[in-house]
Amino acid sequence: MKNYFKNMKTITKVDYATYLGVIAAFVIVTLLQSAGMLTRSMTGMLVPICCYICMAVSLNLTVGILGELSLGHAGFMSVGAFSGVIVSMSLQSSVPNELVRLVLALVMGAILAAVVGFVVGIPVLRLRGDYLAIVTLAFGEIIKGIINCLLVGWDENGLHIALNIDGTKTMDSLHLGENSIQIIKGAQGAAGNHRIATFTAGFVLVMITLIIVLNLVRSRTGRAVMAIRDNRIAAESVGINVTKYKLIAFVTSAALAGASGALFGLNYSSVSADQFDFNTSILVLVYVVLGGLGNIWGSIIATVVLYVLPEALREFSDYRMLAYAVVLILVMLATNNECFKAALSRVIPKRRKGAAANG
Amino acid sequence: MEFLSYLITGISLGSIYAIIALGYTMVYGIAKMLNFAHGDVIMVGGYVAFYSMTYASGSLLGDSPSAVATGLSTLVCVLLAMAVCTVLGIVIEGLAYRPLREAGSLAVLITAIGVSYFLQNAAQLLFGANPKNFTPVISGQLTLFGGQLRISYVALLTVAACIVIMVCLTLFTSRSKMGKAMRACSEDKGAAQLMGIHVNRTISMTFAIGSALAAIAGVLLCSYSPVLLPTTGSMPGIKAFTAAVFGGIGSIPGAFLGGILLGIIESMAQAYISTQLSNAILFAVLIVVLLVKPSGLLGKYVPEKV
Amino acid sequence: MAKKVFEKGKMVPVPSHSIIPERDLYKSPILECSHLGIDFGGLAAVKDFNITVGRTEIAGLIGPNGAGKTTVFNLLTKVYHPTRGTILVDGMDTAGKTPAQVNRMGIARTFQNIRLFNNLSVEDNVKIGLHNQTRYNALSGILRLPNYWKQEKMAHESAMELLSIFDMQDLAGHKAGSLPYGAQRRLEIVRALATNPSLLLLDEPAAGMNPSETVELMENIVKIRDTFHIAIMLIEHDMNLVMGICEGICVLNFGQIIAKGTAEEIQNNPVVIEAYLGKQKEG
Repeated sequence: MKNYFKNMKTITKVDYATYLGVIAAFVIVTLLQSAGMLTRSMTGMLVPICCYICMAVSLNLTVGILGELSLGHAGFMSVGAFSGVIVSMSLQSSVPNELVRLVLALVMGAILAAVVGFVVGIPVLRLRGDYLAIVTLAFGEIIKGIINCLLVGWDENGLHIALNIDGTKTMDSLHLGENSIQIIKGAQGAAGNHRIATFTAGFVLVMITLIIVLNLVRSRTGRAVMAIRDNRIAAESVGINVTKYKLIAFVTSAALAGASGALFGLNYSSVSADQFDFNTSILVLVYVVLGGLGNIWGSIIATVVLYVLPEALREFSDYRMLAYAVVLILVMLATNNECFKAALSRVIPKRRKGAAANG
Repeated sequence: MEFLSYLITGISLGSIYAIIALGYTMVYGIAKMLNFAHGDVIMVGGYVAFYSMTYASGSLLGDSPSAVATGLSTLVCVLLAMAVCTVLGIVIEGLAYRPLREAGSLAVLITAIGVSYFLQNAAQLLFGANPKNFTPVISGQLTLFGGQLRISYVALLTVAACIVIMVCLTLFTSRSKMGKAMRACSEDKGAAQLMGIHVNRTISMTFAIGSALAAIAGVLLCSYSPVLLPTTGSMPGIKAFTAAVFGGIGSIPGAFLGGILLGIIESMAQAYISTQLSNAILFAVLIVVLLVKPSGLLGKYVPEKV
Repeated sequence: MAKKVFEKGKMVPVPSHSIIPERDLYKSPILECSHLGIDFGGLAAVKDFNITVGRTEIAGLIGPNGAGKTTVFNLLTKVYHPTRGTILVDGMDTAGKTPAQVNRMGIARTFQNIRLFNNLSVEDNVKIGLHNQTRYNALSGILRLPNYWKQEKMAHESAMELLSIFDMQDLAGHKAGSLPYGAQRRLEIVRALATNPSLLLLDEPAAGMNPSETVELMENIVKIRDTFHIAIMLIEHDMNLVMGICEGICVLNFGQIIAKGTAEEIQNNPVVIEAYLGKQKEG
């Protein structure tokens, strides 16, 4: 056993350490929670943190591993959130078990987001660089616009869906029967949801996301995706179907974002499309870049720190977002400027060189 | 007639987008970075103009100032806004972007986002979160066809300003020494440096021009929809960025064309299809255009060399 | 050194019809180009390019700078789509194929300006070359099904065997981008070989190498041909290398073939001498 560990590659060790770290964090937080040592605001942050970790890890698949800048990741989260809410609300009577309903909602969120990711991905991935970025941004805004017009209700006859294009329709236009539930009310979003998301579910989702992304990256598929990132022409020259592998990465990333969106949606009694706008996409992108492109555990740490930071800065009240901005700029300067780096390395003893291919 | 009025609204709105997009496109062309803080420079321009105009009308001008005095003071206020934004642009570039000249594009992008957050939150602290009511720089409207068609003077001014800026910029980049230096830097910074061009100064100059344009756009934007908030600049900023990509990022005529078209599409979509979906429609058109012309309408396609 | 590997030969199926390397130009060639040409903006960069490469031939493509040699490689690998003419690989037309499909048809290449996957390890670079030899889908990769472990083990062994051609096993864990220049060039060849090609295109393999490295490279090119029984076509400016190992040589100037033949024929061809040195003044 000891030998086995010694023979493992550094990358594999990093992967296992990531899993272990997440498990340890979950255990510690659960213990603290049961001991009553967490404040209400801290408890309230647990599920969103899990969601954002999944968002960051899945976005890292697109930005860090595939190397394409996406500014519309929140769009997939939005698709997942609303499809999750629809599933959970409309199955209330037929599936009374909350856990089963939660799982169904997450799976549905992932599937729908994957479908949307596929539809968006086919044309979009033919574009390169900043053009791809702007199209993903545009796509996120389109999703937001459509959901803002969406009216969804449920009654015994099933789901009723209408698109309020000209602003004249209301929930009455759905002609819901008796015992109906109004699920999505256009720009107001979904309200009165059952909050069935739990921290344990969040932890499981994080673990599943990690397993999917890490195993994918360490497989033939992941190598092909990274080859495309490093040198598209060389990747083609060794027989890699560029579109196919770009799509696999993009759709996987979208599906995971959908699942985390579903969990996020089911953690609040109300959600609206405006919560998943461009700024949310940017927020997640910041987590990914600060955590290190292609660095999965870095994404996790960055998410936790940057999510908690504004809360921790609460005592500075008005100045906290300003401080956040300054921290963001300083960190980018510190990690990317050669002079800064040189000055830092003089202060801090040089770290051991990382594994060759942990990207 | 209704159509004509929507068209004119679209063109004037598009002119604002075009002026902002020119700033985006120039900065992108030379520094190869998406300056997400550009939209917030617009907001700063709006606030500077707002406060200076309020001050001017409150304490400098008397109770019933002459039209010439009002006009002059407005002009001075706009120039002040431009000056402030120019300095702001140069400072942002020098402090936040220049140290990252050699870094990856994502690092610069995140820094730009940081700058954007900074400007928005600083504005909120300085000016408060309450919306300010901006007095349009010019009031009144032109009535044509016996009252069937009304065009506000602001719309006319916007279009005129956009055309003048566009012509000046084209002349500047094609004729002047600094303009040629800018074009050289956008082609190849290393080679430009070897030819004795001061690359850092040229890039600063580009930011200065872009930010001055943003100030003008800020004043026009606030005259068009007179509510001023710390977040006023972000959505027009994103749309103008879209316009720049739409027309072919890096191309000055492209930014102009993209801006105008975007304004028209938005205005028409709002009028004839759906107010709620207008942004979605606008972005959908963008996606379709990019799929047909992957480098935008006037952008040139540069194939990868093997 | 790596003799064992070649004896085993298990990784690369040896084509049954050409066990002995010979210059079999006239029986079932691996590559046939006829009237190949491409225009860039109305200018013909390559015109009327005809060439036939035998199954186990080492062919050379030479010519002055800007003659269009790399363009020919780009046409063969479909990085550029030819304006005119046909390319047959093992008798099959490559019209309408993508670069990836052409690779799967049997053409692998290296690049003049090295194109490695710089952020990945040397081993991973070779494993990416083995992409189409490793068979499991994304799902079995994610779930780590038995097939994943089996195929990954095979990929690892194959990669090590291939690296041993150039004695590079020890570098397997290094980042490709951190290798010295010569090692990068060799790794590109290994990566191309990993795709199990029947024709290997080498674009200036000796560029930047010193004379002794070049000699070693020559030996290795011949060894690769003899071991894997494949055809090799190379662009090179080092005439010692070209004349030393190429069985057939083709000279390109201004996008057109000006001479074809053996090393001796080329060396004595006045047209070739003129293309390289310019016309000699009479008197």
